[in-house]
Amino acid sequence: MRVDVNGMPHEVGATTLSALLDELGFEAPCVATAVDGTFVPRTLRDAHPLSPGARIEILAPMQGG
Amino acid sequence: MFYKTELSSRLFLGTAQYPSPAILAEAIRASGTEVITVSLRREGPGGGVFRDLIAATGCRVLPNTAGCHSAREAITTAHMAREVFGTNWIKLEVIGHADTLQPDPFALLEAARVLCAEGFEVFPYTTEDLILGEKLIEAGCRVLMPWGAPIGSGQGLRNIEGLRSMRAHFPDIPLVIDAGIGAPSQAAQAMEMGFDAVLLNTAVAKALDPVGMARAFRQAVEAGLAAHRAGLMPRRDMAAASTPIFGMAALA
Repeated sequence: MRVDVNGMPHEVGATTLSALLDELGFEAPCVATAVDGTFVPRTLRDAHPLSPGARIEILAPMQGG
Repeated sequence: MFYKTELSSRLFLGTAQYPSPAILAEAIRASGTEVITVSLRREGPGGGVFRDLIAATGCRVLPNTAGCHSAREAITTAHMAREVFGTNWIKLEVIGHADTLQPDPFALLEAARVLCAEGFEVFPYTTEDLILGEKLIEAGCRVLMPWGAPIGSGQGLRNIEGLRSMRAHFPDIPLVIDAGIGAPSQAAQAMEMGFDAVLLNTAVAKALDPVGMARAFRQAVEAGLAAHRAGLMPRRDMAAASTPIFGMAALA
C-alpha cells in the first residue's frame, strides 16, 4: 500500500508500524513515531495497523537550540 | 535548582549550526555546560553520529519543541522527545510569529498545562510578561525562560527593565534567559541581574571560533554569577570621590 513517510510517498508491504520501520531500515530503538499527527509509543508499534494514505513521521535526535 | 537538579554551570548550550560535529563537541567541552538542547527531526545522513556525540558529552539533554506553532504539535513533539531521550525535561517552544519567533502565549499555556499534568518538567520559552509567568507557574512550571531578544538576533537584553521586574516578581522561581544573547557581556549582564542561567546557541555556533567563544561565554557567565553573589554597588547619578579628602596636601 502507499503511505507517506516523513513527507515522502512510499509503496510498502508492511501492515504495522513496527514492520514498516524494519522494512525501511530504521533503527527502531533510536526513533520516535507518530501516525497522522498522533504519537505512537514504542510499545504500541507492533499493534498499530497502517492504512493506505497514512502519514507517518519517524523522528530522531538532531541538533537544536 | 532546576526541577530538583543542582547545576554548577549556569550556561545552557544549543547544539545547532556548528561548522562540524567535532567543533560542536569541543565547544560543549570548552563551555563547561551541563545542559545541552537538542531537537527531534526527520533523520538525515549522520544522525547516528550526533546520537553518539550527545552521549559522549555526559551532559543532560533538554529536548526542544522548536518550530511548533500549535499546542497540539508541541505536545506530540514532547511525547516523542520523552521516549527518544528518556527525560521528562522539555524546552517548550510554541512559536506565534514567523518573523519575531515570539512565543504564542495562549498556545504555550495550553501546552504547558497538558504537559505538566502528564509529569513533564517544562522549561517554557516565554516573554517577560508577568501574568503569563504566573499562569505558567499555576500550570505547574517550576522554571521560566524569558527571551532576551528574538531567537538568533544577538540583540541581548532588549527590555532590561521588564526583565528586572520579572526577576523581582518571581524571586523563588529559577529564571533562564533564553534566546537573543549575542555577546558574553550580555550573558554576564543577565547573570549580574540575578537570572539563574542563560541559554544560547547562535552566538557560539556562528562565531569565527566557536570553541573560543564557548570559553568566553563560560567565563562571562561565571563572572556575572560571582558578581551577583558578591552584591553590586548601587548606581549613582552623580560622582562620588573614592580617594579620601582627609589628609590631602595644601598645594594650591
